Amino acid sequence: MKRLRRSMLFVPGNNPGMLRDAYIYGSDSLMFDLEDSVSIREKDAARFLVYNALTSLNYGQKELVVRINDLESGLGVKDLEAIVRAKPHVIRLPKTETAKDILDCEREIARIEREAGIPVGQTGMMAAIESAKGVLHAYEIATASPRLIGIALGAEDYVTDLKTTRSDGTELFFARNMILNAARAAGIDALDTVFSNVNDEEGFLRECRLIRQLGFDGKSVINPRQIAPLHAVFMPDEAALAKARAVMEAIAEAEERGSGVASLNGRMIDRPVALRAQYLIDLAEAGERTMVEEV
Amino acid sequence: MQIVQPAVAGTMESSDIMIRIEPGGAGVELSLESSVLSQFGKQIESVIRGSLAELGVESARVTAVDKGALDCTVRARVMTAAYRGAGQENHSWEVKV
Repeated sequence: MKRLRRSMLFVPGNNPGMLRDAYIYGSDSLMFDLEDSVSIREKDAARFLVYNALTSLNYGQKELVVRINDLESGLGVKDLEAIVRAKPHVIRLPKTETAKDILDCEREIARIEREAGIPVGQTGMMAAIESAKGVLHAYEIATASPRLIGIALGAEDYVTDLKTTRSDGTELFFARNMILNAARAAGIDALDTVFSNVNDEEGFLRECRLIRQLGFDGKSVINPRQIAPLHAVFMPDEAALAKARAVMEAIAEAEERGSGVASLNGRMIDRPVALRAQYLIDLAEAGERTMVEEV
Repeated sequence: MQIVQPAVAGTMESSDIMIRIEPGGAGVELSLESSVLSQFGKQIESVIRGSLAELGVESARVTAVDKGALDCTVRARVMTAAYRGAGQENHSWEVKV
């Protein structure tokens, strides 16, 4: 089963309490942050803290992502020296504008993997796109490395670059669709930006429904309170789920009969229908797991 | 590693520990204050001393105020304080086993 990434919870890298507790909230992924949530004077402290948390604590089956500082800041390579050796699943590179940004980062990761005796290629990558230039280069970024598991929109920097502010999402429509199409064309995940006003639950839900309908795999969240409503939006409704189960049963029956062609109610089930059905079932099962965790 | 200047790492927030390190005389002189001193004092002291020994710090005065930090947090704060106190940066990171 493909790993679901409905929710990626931001965890400030210099906050020991949050590093300890983050796994209990039921998000699909955890993203330990060494970048914007850490003041410039505490970069070393956060690096030591995240490294020690990753090498000591048991986060179960959660996907572990670390957002490093960009390479041009002079901090990114120092982050990689520590974090690659702590073996998270994914390194998230911020402020990605070109394929070269990915390749430069990948070269450093591969060097450290070699030096550390880690199989080269084991560390995954994801790219955050946070500027007009990055959005226009979304496809070349998404296809720059086989390590990439997804690309994400970072909207706060992006709207500043556009000389606008965040409102109902109109200003992000182009970027979201560019990133989504680039990710789909590259065969990787598309992840939406954070919704900063944690008290605006209606606004958050509207945004979740919008990105779900566009086709995004999930969204970054900054507060554990946002996880349950986000997962609820990704939960398929009963009718869609019943249809998906019928599709998968018809495929299983056809396979049992030795037939390569499955049909349901007189209509052939083609591959996209089967893929969509399996995705809905995966979402429903993940949604049920989340509910159990919440009880 | 030699501590050449006073340095601080960590905060007074819950689940954290604040470590102050200064150049000292012979050995590591440790003063520990903790909200869980009676239950975990010895464990915290052992992590602090062990982390300093791993870094090769043989002489320092250390003041620690613990607010219920996990061992990995204690280790991280000691490492941060020691590197700041030594005026060094390049830690030799080990690979997770």
